[in-house]
Amino acid sequence: MSFPWAKHYEPKVPLMRWLDEKLPLPRLVYNAIGAGYPVPRNLNYFWNFGVLAGMALVIQIVTGVVLAMHYAANGGVAFGSVESIMRDVNAGWFLRYAHANGASMFLAVVYIHIGRGLYYGSYKAPREMVWLLGVVIFLLMMATAFMGYVLPWGQMSFWGAQVITGFFSAIPVVGDTVRIWLLGGFAPDNAALNRFFSLHYLLPFVIAGVIILHIWALHIPGSSNPTGVEVKSEQDTVPFHPYYTAKDGVGVGVFLLVFACLMFFAPNLLGHPDNYIEANPLSTPAHIVPEWYFLPFYAILKSFTADFFLPAKLWGVLAMFGSILLLFFLPWLDSSPVRSANFRPKLRIFLGILLLDVLLLGYVGGAEANARNVILGQIATAYYFAHFLIILPWVARSERPRPMPNSIMEAVLNKQEGTSITHSAATA
Amino acid sequence: MAIDTAVPPGEDPAPFQEEVSDPRRRDFINIAAVAWIGVGAGVVVLPLVNQMNPSADVLAQSTTEIDISKIEPGQAIKTTFRKQPLFVRNLTPKEISEADAVAVSSLRDPQTLEERTKTGKKNWLITLGVCTHLGCVPLGAGEGENKGPFGGYFCPCHGSAYDTAGRIRQGPAPRNLEVPQYTFNSDTVVTVG
Repeated sequence: MSFPWAKHYEPKVPLMRWLDEKLPLPRLVYNAIGAGYPVPRNLNYFWNFGVLAGMALVIQIVTGVVLAMHYAANGGVAFGSVESIMRDVNAGWFLRYAHANGASMFLAVVYIHIGRGLYYGSYKAPREMVWLLGVVIFLLMMATAFMGYVLPWGQMSFWGAQVITGFFSAIPVVGDTVRIWLLGGFAPDNAALNRFFSLHYLLPFVIAGVIILHIWALHIPGSSNPTGVEVKSEQDTVPFHPYYTAKDGVGVGVFLLVFACLMFFAPNLLGHPDNYIEANPLSTPAHIVPEWYFLPFYAILKSFTADFFLPAKLWGVLAMFGSILLLFFLPWLDSSPVRSANFRPKLRIFLGILLLDVLLLGYVGGAEANARNVILGQIATAYYFAHFLIILPWVARSERPRPMPNSIMEAVLNKQEGTSITHSAATA
Repeated sequence: MAIDTAVPPGEDPAPFQEEVSDPRRRDFINIAAVAWIGVGAGVVVLPLVNQMNPSADVLAQSTTEIDISKIEPGQAIKTTFRKQPLFVRNLTPKEISEADAVAVSSLRDPQTLEERTKTGKKNWLITLGVCTHLGCVPLGAGEGENKGPFGGYFCPCHGSAYDTAGRIRQGPAPRNLEVPQYTFNSDTVVTVG
């Protein structure tokens, strides 16, 4: 699975030798994230975000398991139990703020991780399976985040559940039956809250399982790198430990700094005040919006306002799910053999526009649905789909890539020469 | 094949040769056993799927009696039916004539006010207070709430406007406000569900 020059695990103390013979777990770790995994030597800080996402999941699981010891998933007391966590449970506020803001941090690093994959062509052969598993993880994360947001049973929780499960009623003929089946009632209530809690507890472990598959699939071809050039010789790589454990350590430090600032100084910045009002099935908040990480998808949902063969509502739901399912086809939509957008001048520009487009969708998703915003949302939605279905295949065919380095080592050396030349010029 | 047809030394070959028939007896037993396991697994999945459906206590809330004697013409009340908001509205003659004046063919979900009320009780409009778009509670039942451009109900979430018969007139909602099953027990008591 690895390169022929990968170091082999040699247990140094008798205890480890004994363990390695019975259960080669130390060997597995050594080959996965130790010195036994050779990694391209030119990775930049964008390659930190996979590790950061893994750490965010661990934080969520640890804080979540502890919160579940104090939370009660019953419509009558759920809101009160969350308030009691905030006021009465020792360090409860710390755990809940860590969990709520940890979710935002998790989604944020995952979005950067996905963006890294888009820019450096990490989805291309031979790493398609890594990408496909990644999209599965993303879908599971979205489901988990949504169900977690319902648990405090505030107004946004309740009406979020009402709106999201309302998507399913858009399915022709069986839609309402499906929705009632999912909720276990005619509106979100005890039954729905309980099953959401059960699944919210389960899915993170499913995510952990798919992450293992994701890393397993990654370690067969090995990590990609910013040039997109394949590893050719031992010169191109360094052992994961200590080189990238150290580099990831820097990223972890920055991550924790940002996380701590958010958690201790602005813990409710990304939340909604309405969710501190207990769920009331008879009164809708004036402005229902999802959490920030769902806003672009919410904008796509809202962009369909007219019936066209199918009802507008069904179009919206199909487009919203389609915008993510589209990512499953990405490895085959982009036929260019060049991975890194550093060598693809046209793609670079269009990826920049796509980033602005997604940010615009995010804005529209959170804004009031007036005439101007609806038009903006429709244009941005059309562009999102055009990027993947029209622009990307066209760019792959028509673009003339810039010259590529012959090897990772050559790219590294050229870069060092470049800096040393400017350095000597500056001193002269 | 080789195992099936191998005849142990000193045995009568006849029963072993029989097994060469198509399908072989061993294949038949194999297919039958796997198929039966499939049936069994399918039967076990049924309760796992069915437990998700509304339980008996949720379904027990499926009928609600409402006293409508205190609702004056032009007024509406907001109550609950199956844990969902229910609007009961006593229409004024002006509101009824407004609803009747609309050409039914111009509607997104064509229905007349007659079809949406009981015979002889045309002034009693009973609908769910659940917007058919994504399930918000429309405004317009409470005193002083925004009734929207068509004088019925207005959903603040995505701007769907309903008329005095609770029919969708403007905005993203696909259908009219749902009229639940109900019967008049007397002139002042209605059973919904």
